[in-house]
Amino acid sequence: MSIGLLSLIVIALAAAGFLIGRQLALSKAGGDIRRLHSLPGYYGQTVFLFTAVPALLLMLLWLLVQPLLIETRVTSMISAADIPDGSSANLVMTDVRRVAEGIDLILARGQLGETDIAAMRADLADVRSRLAEVGVAVGTNVKPGVFEAAKAYRDLSHGGHLALTVAVLALALAGFGYALSRIRPEFRARNVSEGFVRVLLIAASLVAILTTVGIVLSLVFETIHFFRLYPASKFFLSTTWNPKFGGGSDLGIWPLIWGTLYISVIALVVAVPVGIFAAIFLAEYASKKVRAMTKPLLEVLAGIPTIVYGLFALITVGPVLRDWFAQPLGLGTSSSSVMTAGLVMGIMLIPFVSSLSDDIINAVPQSLRDGSYGLGATQSETVRQVILPAALPGIVGAILLAASRAIGETMIVVLGAGAAAKMSLNPFEAMTTVTVKIVSQLTGDTEFASPETLVSFALGLTLFVFTLGLNILALVIVRKYREQYE
Amino acid sequence: MTAEATNMPAKARPSLYAIDPRTKRRNAAEKRFRLYGVAAVGFGLLALVVLLSSVLGSGLGAFRQSVLTMQVPLDAAVLDKEGTRDPAAIAKVTTIAYGKLLQDALTAELTEKALLPAGMKPKDVGGMISKEAPAQLRNLVLANPDLIGTTVSFDALANGRIDGFFKGRVTMESAKLDSNVSPEQLELAQAMRDAGLLALKFNPGFIFAPDASELRPEAAGLGVAILGSAYMMLIVLVLSLPIGVAASIYLEEFAPKNRFTDLIEVNIANLAAVPSIVFGILGLAAFINFGGLPQSSSVVGGLVLTLMTLPRIIIPARAALKSVPPSIKDAALGVGASKTQTIFHHVLPLAMPGILTGAIIGLAQALGETAPLLLIGMVAFVRDYPAAPPEGFFDPASAIPVQIYSWTQRADPAFTERASGAIIVLLVFLLVMNSLAVVLRRKFERRW
Repeated sequence: MSIGLLSLIVIALAAAGFLIGRQLALSKAGGDIRRLHSLPGYYGQTVFLFTAVPALLLMLLWLLVQPLLIETRVTSMISAADIPDGSSANLVMTDVRRVAEGIDLILARGQLGETDIAAMRADLADVRSRLAEVGVAVGTNVKPGVFEAAKAYRDLSHGGHLALTVAVLALALAGFGYALSRIRPEFRARNVSEGFVRVLLIAASLVAILTTVGIVLSLVFETIHFFRLYPASKFFLSTTWNPKFGGGSDLGIWPLIWGTLYISVIALVVAVPVGIFAAIFLAEYASKKVRAMTKPLLEVLAGIPTIVYGLFALITVGPVLRDWFAQPLGLGTSSSSVMTAGLVMGIMLIPFVSSLSDDIINAVPQSLRDGSYGLGATQSETVRQVILPAALPGIVGAILLAASRAIGETMIVVLGAGAAAKMSLNPFEAMTTVTVKIVSQLTGDTEFASPETLVSFALGLTLFVFTLGLNILALVIVRKYREQYE
Repeated sequence: MTAEATNMPAKARPSLYAIDPRTKRRNAAEKRFRLYGVAAVGFGLLALVVLLSSVLGSGLGAFRQSVLTMQVPLDAAVLDKEGTRDPAAIAKVTTIAYGKLLQDALTAELTEKALLPAGMKPKDVGGMISKEAPAQLRNLVLANPDLIGTTVSFDALANGRIDGFFKGRVTMESAKLDSNVSPEQLELAQAMRDAGLLALKFNPGFIFAPDASELRPEAAGLGVAILGSAYMMLIVLVLSLPIGVAASIYLEEFAPKNRFTDLIEVNIANLAAVPSIVFGILGLAAFINFGGLPQSSSVVGGLVLTLMTLPRIIIPARAALKSVPPSIKDAALGVGASKTQTIFHHVLPLAMPGILTGAIIGLAQALGETAPLLLIGMVAFVRDYPAAPPEGFFDPASAIPVQIYSWTQRADPAFTERASGAIIVLLVFLLVMNSLAVVLRRKFERRW
């Protein structure tokens, strides 16, 4: 039974439970609604919740755990002799899965029965050509061990699937029966169902924590894995980045950090003055009409996907900078450069700085302005000497948030900054960043066995820690500042 | 008081009508300061205009494509030798035979109109037709075997270089150095355009067709990517809206003020600012490696984007819940509703427009997200449309922003035009979603 059908059945059962529970409560009260503790619908709701929620949760949990259990069981069946040279247990497991899939296909075509498969032996029958007939290509001929493992894999997953169906349906029925058995006129159905709903609400808000835990766990585990293969001291202290997929690569993080910071600094040099002046203009000078027009337009810049900025850097800004600045000045011939990426990223960050700064400037109490005007200061003097110092912590928070965006930004640098890991001062040279290297080392790769792919997790952890620190700092500053005037 | 009385040195009293130098300086500074502000806003708006016009300028071409119109006799002797019209037999004829048909048809057409330059080989004439066109003709025949033996009017895509010539990407000079096209072919193409055999027509294939290989930019389309994006948005909507609303209800209305809720709040604030690529790493490690879900499928993309979108939905949803005045709650509680009833029957419906607005904006952001999808393998070259949901969620798919990225990585400049065109499609989707959010807010938002 497919998962979709199974969940449909559970939900249908629960829906039926709602109607039955409601009717049952009414009939037990002799049709007199006043004798019930709660409205009849709540009796139905308890049946619905007790039927659907535990069964669906069990199904989810089972689907997560079953592949893991089967995988460990089957992996232990594969002996070292079945693993060819230059391969790994992981690769053999993918073969096992494909052979198991192939057996399913053979059965589905009706060429062979279950008993034929059970009797089939890889050292006697030509398994490979049989599999090829149903469109499953296996590299070499299937070894007996792998074939047996595949059969076991198939049996286990089919058995597991059957057990899942039975267990889920049994749990749904049990919940259904239990909830129905509790229905009496004096049963406090509303309180029970509300309690249940509250538990669901708490569970929903735990998803955020689970996500963070998931991020931290996946980063930390794979990073530990990486440091077992590659010394941490070299990662943190070496200044060369030169991955070779044959092994023996240099994976020093410094060139990447240099590129990241250089690009971020250029981006902030563009975004901070423009953003702050725009915020001052919008908050202090602009008329209501101008503000209502300009502010949303500036915020459009924040809503444009970063891939659009990336393409803009690639096809417009890069060539312009190269032809008008880099080449005439003799600074380089590359259209992807730190300057290209930094400039475009700066444009992207303008609204991040301006919107938050605008809010913060608006939050400065009017009395401070009035006091300053009363002493005869001009508007710009008020802004510079009264409002900006008062709003400074908040503006710093906004800048920090923008900096964390800049460090974590990916698509603009992937398309605009280039891929050469260098530590150079020339802004018209192509350099690379942490995010670019995460993408290039990891794209489409799931065999995490070599330090060259695992390094992405160490880079990801570095990035995560960096941005987390900046975000927390920014949040603390902004929060503290908000309290000052409230 | 006079100067003598205060013992101050006598000073010329400035006229009230003449502005003294210091005030002048201050006023000038004021003007300058104001100008900086205008310049900053102007810079931002200018950047927006340049950005959009550069993308629009280079992308609009993708919606129009050079098409060669010709009469193709579908010769039964070639396409169905046995004359049985048996689909299995017809399917045995490869695209090479169809390519030959098209080449002969075009040559015949040109000879009839006396356009064929002396000395041009039929192979060069055939080279002006896209390599995708034979496959399209074959599909047409396979779908209607009755066409065999008749002559059909067929619109064949022109080769990408010919198309580029009419869009200004390919010139006579570049063609001399190009092994894929010759200046003679370009001249012939110009002559054909003048004769009405070749025209730039609206290209529905760009929106509905799947991606095409590196050598056939003229046939590349967004079909699979749009479908993949739609699947992912469906998953994101179905998962993140209920979970997000439930979480914000709990945090806003039920949660006691303690360490635990504080932890959740800090978590959500931080998740909203975690770089998107980190979510991609999470998806790769958790959903693909640990959970065993298929790579580059829309279900993994949808789950990753859901986790990313959740905080972006929770934050505005909480603001919307908060803005419902307490008097509504008090009134409901006063007539005997329980707290849960108050929230679900009164507060939530009133906050719904605000929640939906936030959700749509969060969804729009998820639609444009690229980096996490690169890591979960959505850059793979996918030509087959995913099946209908729910099985289709597990099929390999692409997404609009990822398709844009993979087009920028290809060598032929024709793909740059495709990428810009795809951005126009993406921006149109975003515009529609954001306008929907604005309309929702305008129409249903209440000011208390």
